[in-house]
Amino acid sequence: MTLPNAIENQIGNGIENAGAQADLEITAVPERRHVLDLDDFSRPEINALLDSAKGMAEVLGRDIKKVPALRGRVIVTLFYEASTRTRISFEEAGKVLSADVINMSTSGSSVEKGESLLNTALTIQAMSVDAIVIRHPHSGAPYLLARHLDRVGIINAGDGMHAHPTQALLDLFTVREKLGALEGLKIVIVGDVLHSRVARSDIWGFAKMGAQVVLCGPNTLLPLDLLGGDGGQIPTELASVKMDTDLDRAIQDADVVMALRLQSERQHSGFLPSVREYIRRWQVTEARLTRAKPGVLVMHPGPMNEGIEISSSIAHGGSSVIEEQVTSGVAVRMALLYQIANQGR
Amino acid sequence: MSQRQIMNEDDIRRALARVSHEILERNRGTHDVVLVGIYTRGVHLAHRLARNLKEFEGGEVQVAALDINLYRDDLQARSSPVVRPTTIPENIQSKRVVLVDDVLYTGRTVRAAMDALNDFGRADQIQLAILLDRGHRELPIRPDFVGQNVPTAPDEVVKVRLVETEGVDEVAIIRGNSPNDASRNPRRNV
Amino acid sequence: MGSGPLLIKGARIIDASSGMDQVGHILVVDGKIAAVGQVSQDQVPDGCQTIDAAGLVACPGFIDLHCHLREPGFEFKETIASGTRAAAKGGFTSICAMPNTEPPIDNAAVVDFLRFRSQAEASVKVFPIACVSKGRLGRELSEMEELASAGAVAFSDDGDPVYDATLMRLALAYSLDLGLPIIDHCQDLSLSGNGVMAEGAVASRLGLDGIPAAAEESMIARDIALAQLTGGRLHLAHISTAGSIHLLRQAKDRGLRVTAEVCPHHLTITDQWVLGGVGKDAGAAGPFSYDTSTKVYPPLRTQRDVDALVQALAEGVIDCIATDHAPHDATSKQCTYEEAAFGISVLETALGSTMQMVHQGSLGLADLVHSLTVGPAGVVGPAFDGLASLNTGTPADIALFDPDLEWVVDPQEFQSQGKNTPLAGVTLRGQVVATFVDGKMVYQSETSKTGAAS
Repeated sequence: MTLPNAIENQIGNGIENAGAQADLEITAVPERRHVLDLDDFSRPEINALLDSAKGMAEVLGRDIKKVPALRGRVIVTLFYEASTRTRISFEEAGKVLSADVINMSTSGSSVEKGESLLNTALTIQAMSVDAIVIRHPHSGAPYLLARHLDRVGIINAGDGMHAHPTQALLDLFTVREKLGALEGLKIVIVGDVLHSRVARSDIWGFAKMGAQVVLCGPNTLLPLDLLGGDGGQIPTELASVKMDTDLDRAIQDADVVMALRLQSERQHSGFLPSVREYIRRWQVTEARLTRAKPGVLVMHPGPMNEGIEISSSIAHGGSSVIEEQVTSGVAVRMALLYQIANQGR
Repeated sequence: MSQRQIMNEDDIRRALARVSHEILERNRGTHDVVLVGIYTRGVHLAHRLARNLKEFEGGEVQVAALDINLYRDDLQARSSPVVRPTTIPENIQSKRVVLVDDVLYTGRTVRAAMDALNDFGRADQIQLAILLDRGHRELPIRPDFVGQNVPTAPDEVVKVRLVETEGVDEVAIIRGNSPNDASRNPRRNV
Repeated sequence: MGSGPLLIKGARIIDASSGMDQVGHILVVDGKIAAVGQVSQDQVPDGCQTIDAAGLVACPGFIDLHCHLREPGFEFKETIASGTRAAAKGGFTSICAMPNTEPPIDNAAVVDFLRFRSQAEASVKVFPIACVSKGRLGRELSEMEELASAGAVAFSDDGDPVYDATLMRLALAYSLDLGLPIIDHCQDLSLSGNGVMAEGAVASRLGLDGIPAAAEESMIARDIALAQLTGGRLHLAHISTAGSIHLLRQAKDRGLRVTAEVCPHHLTITDQWVLGGVGKDAGAAGPFSYDTSTKVYPPLRTQRDVDALVQALAEGVIDCIATDHAPHDATSKQCTYEEAAFGISVLETALGSTMQMVHQGSLGLADLVHSLTVGPAGVVGPAFDGLASLNTGTPADIALFDPDLEWVVDPQEFQSQGKNTPLAGVTLRGQVVATFVDGKMVYQSETSKTGAAS
């Protein structure tokens, strides 16, 4: 594998001895303009980002949570969907790094007057913004901005059912912090994988890091085409991903069990006979968890439907790292903003 | 491109020993002294100094690590440095901090380090120990303890190699004599 | 320019109606073919314009059974003037306009409007297709006989299927004595749902709702059963799946009066183009992904489907190529993939892209010409008599093209107002040099103005 020049240039190698010999460890996160999904991240890049997130986590533990890294940089969060944790997480991340964070909500803005997404984004770009964090109900919306905006970094905070790369990175970070490494772990993602942008990005992230991903849920909610379909277009990195409709079997020896939010609409639109039957077959319960490895981590991207995809006792039990996920989110987003919003123009 | 060794393993050992003695002399021992190394080589050098201090004086000296990347004023590139956890002790207020780094050049790293330290509290004193001073300061910063002064030209590159990072202890000067080499030593990055 | 006598010299003449494929000359007098192949000097009138066509192919002008001229109602997307200029540039001399306009072409007055407007402004011959149902609402049959008398050449609710099976049955039965085909846009709406691209691995990766092949195939199966029930004339618009070909082949084997068309894009590009970066390393999505100009109904399918369509065209199971030229204004495409309008602007790239099959050896050049001339003419019938031929006495509708000229698609150079093509920046091999309608040059390429033609 050839590392990008940026790594070889060793920019983080101490200011005083520019051009000095490389450290053995990776000291730079490679060049990147946008964060759209994890499919174009390499394993070294993910590792470098997670390393950096660890440094950011230390800043969050300080008495004074403020560093000047992004002083004078402007970040706009542009959310076309409701969000609590992701938006606040980005806002906190930006503010701890001293960036000015402007939250634009679509209600009460020109969006209500019918302005198109692209025109809104072009307007924001014209205001000398350094990064746009976008969430949009349509898959691919951040790609539209990345294609048409040339002076601003785009960070995908969730697009349709396509991707949620920053959530996936915080999941990777949480697991790596807890279990030490990612390679060889068995990760079971259970629930409505088909409609889950979190799952899609997690699949890329964990698979790229060498973990074994098993997707579990009813056939009607599994992305059966992702790993096959016509034409054999499976990306090689996803070749190890498996699907299983039987949670009792899938959960066997799992290192991580991630439950996904089950939206009640799924029953009405016919994907499920009933929530009751879903609970019986796919709820993450104490009994099922006994089949997993000792020390198994239970995760959930939130917001949870306790008692549906996950039992309350598990959600708040000793195996749960759901709160750590939220904390990790700020650190990971700091690492990303530090890179994307700091590029100068 | 020519490379000239200016310090070998013994030179570095002797320089660090002298610096250790100077730190002891200046602070009348190791009481309340904290060695704060600047990532990456500064941290390794701080640990070596701490070992010396213990050997010469007997007491354990606290060593901390400082990442100054979030305080730098010169980041423009698309790739960004990996930020590592800073480990400053909580009671920095009453301490004499000795910042440790390998090379002192423009002084901008030290400026960033002092800004970073301030976020953890007001240290009693901040002193500066460096292995090698190559000149060309851009800020009014003066080291307290210097392993060796080496006059250099701005287009030269000083390479510090340590056992901990490169497997060998030495300092070399590389003189860029082709345009390509000169471009590898951009001023913006110093 | 003008419709004085014209001599096209030294072209490779391909006329699928007569089986002619030879180097020769074409003499045009009074807008009709006066002689073809050998032309003796004494046949050539004084002052005859001469075009040196050495190295070029001359054939009957192309016929397109399926394009959207958008007028009346959507003149910001296309007009009869701009759409027919695009047709001329693409080598088409006769095109059929789909009736999903506003108002729709569901009564004789709108057909008349189209005819009058075409007489005044069109560069090529325009044939209206009228609605199957009043208002394209899928409830009551339109006044088919009156529409046919006014000049409609076929019936279709294209853009939507004739969703009600009984209405489709009645349409096939009622139109029997008119001798005109019912063209159905086959799509089971309950299966296609909110789909925006072909269901499959790419859609799943991109998180886009998929349209299963079964949405097309189940409707085709229904239509074939109804054609059998009624004995009616069924023409299947823009078929796109391997399964559809299977059904079509069976229907033809059973002797049913079913024909079908296929679009240039379904013959040449796949759903991988939605992921983008085709030809490069298409491993990861990027800013090039979700290109809304790839959004079209039926959606771009897999390579397996493309291969099956090309083979079926070569074998004659599919009767013709039709463009489904669907121009859109920029706003309709500068949005997310979900919001974007379906459709590709095809007329000006049709030849260049389908020539790819010829250059790859999967379709003979004469077969390609057949599928752009005799094929579509045969679907519609008498209205196109003589338009797909270079026989002496037929109208001099001629396409002249360079089969090997390489060019890069630049939508800004399109005559069509619709710049929506996934082929922007793509190099195609094969370009129309000049187009003649009734002996009058309606298009001449920029390169030929300074080059071969004189």
